[in-house]
Amino acid sequence: MGDLIDDLLAGKHRALARAITKIENRSPGYRDLVGELYQHTGDAEVIGITGSPGAGKSTLVDKLAKTYRDEGLTVGVIAIDPSSPFTGGSVLGDRIRMASVSGDMDVFFRSMSARGSLGGLSTATADAVKALDAFGKDKVIVETVGAGQNEIDIVKTADTVAVLVPPGSGDDVQMLKAGILEIGDVFVVNKADLPGADRTVMELREMIDTRNDYTQTADHHGADAASEAAASEAMARETDDEGWTPQVVETVAEDGTGVDDLIELLADHATYLAESGKGEERARQRYAEEIRTLLREDVNQLVAGELAARGGIESYVQRVLDRETDPYAVADELVAPIEECVEADRDG
Amino acid sequence: MSADADQRTIRCLVAKVGLDGHDRGAHVIARAFRDAGFEVIYSGLHRSPDEVVQAAVQEDVDVLGISILSGAHNTLVPKILAGLDEYDALDDTLVVVGGIIPEDDRPKLKEAGVGGIFGPGASMEEAVEFVRENAPQRD
Repeated sequence: MGDLIDDLLAGKHRALARAITKIENRSPGYRDLVGELYQHTGDAEVIGITGSPGAGKSTLVDKLAKTYRDEGLTVGVIAIDPSSPFTGGSVLGDRIRMASVSGDMDVFFRSMSARGSLGGLSTATADAVKALDAFGKDKVIVETVGAGQNEIDIVKTADTVAVLVPPGSGDDVQMLKAGILEIGDVFVVNKADLPGADRTVMELREMIDTRNDYTQTADHHGADAASEAAASEAMARETDDEGWTPQVVETVAEDGTGVDDLIELLADHATYLAESGKGEERARQRYAEEIRTLLREDVNQLVAGELAARGGIESYVQRVLDRETDPYAVADELVAPIEECVEADRDG
Repeated sequence: MSADADQRTIRCLVAKVGLDGHDRGAHVIARAFRDAGFEVIYSGLHRSPDEVVQAAVQEDVDVLGISILSGAHNTLVPKILAGLDEYDALDDTLVVVGGIIPEDDRPKLKEAGVGGIFGPGASMEEAVEFVRENAPQRD
């Protein structure tokens, strides 16, 4: 274990790969591992890339990585693909697109499957990012299909989020429905050489303008909401963006057109985060969310253990069915001993 | 499939190496592995041995399946094995070769570290079973 960390910090690729596997599998000791790595993190800039399947994410990531490499920076990439809900198996194909940086060991590319059963994918992703950060990568790119809460949670672990929108991706309503406007710091209309690109750019700009109107009205409540510990991140993000208007950029990832503009925008946003203090604010929210998620998972596990020790959930279900008890009473009964311990510990 | 639920997920890299552009077999085996509940990373066509090594090391796969139909296995496979060794990954990676490998070449490849060779006519079940049984046990 200590060896693994030493090797990772010494720049051994094998150790980094193995550490990420441990994180992904939640192998025994992974928590200590991540804990040890934490003190070595904080230097990497984390970029999230999301968008619908076929939007060109992997190709764009490849070009971004290449450009950063040309500047002499090292890059880590985590690409997340769905897994089959039936067999748990998956084919992770994002690597195929990494043509320009293939063979370059200073681009550490890792495919991750969204293993349904393990849950906590956003935690695993955040931890894997930490491993890349501790390894010394300058830029870490997290790539995921933008389809649902899970993905939004993942991409929120990034400092800057770029949302890819292919031209002609439907009317405004579709875009609002996807909820992508709230998470994007930068919008990329990729495949900009296709017809309809101009229109998509225009629609996006319009929607960003209206979004800003919402933000300003919402802002009156923003001050109170921010002080509430439980203020939702989405809300916080909205108030965040005061001072940063999401930008739209056109790219053709296939031939690299517009990639430099995108890199510049990403850098602008990083500067904005640093200078306005929003970066720290976001980091605070992120850590708060991370702690909450871990607490939930740990307490869940505690309860699951207690449940198993008492012979599993089935006997309780039967008693509820027989109307001998009710779900609330069961929950109280199971949580009571834990509650007592906590109280005793606090008083002691 | 329910029996697999408690097993850890086996990660495989299915790699096409060299100038050989026939990937039907690689696709079929990738699907079979996926349906067996494995996580499969597909390399795409025309990879160099270095690229295959890079992918195998970074993805930390348990199994590396090399599909090769060009007849260049005696050159390409040892290069990949040497590359894995360079990153201390040879010992706990199961390397499997699929494709047209003449009987005479097989002992030498196996001696060099190839765990299994599957030629034409080998069944999917056979390959999946072999991987299940021989995938390296890690902590």
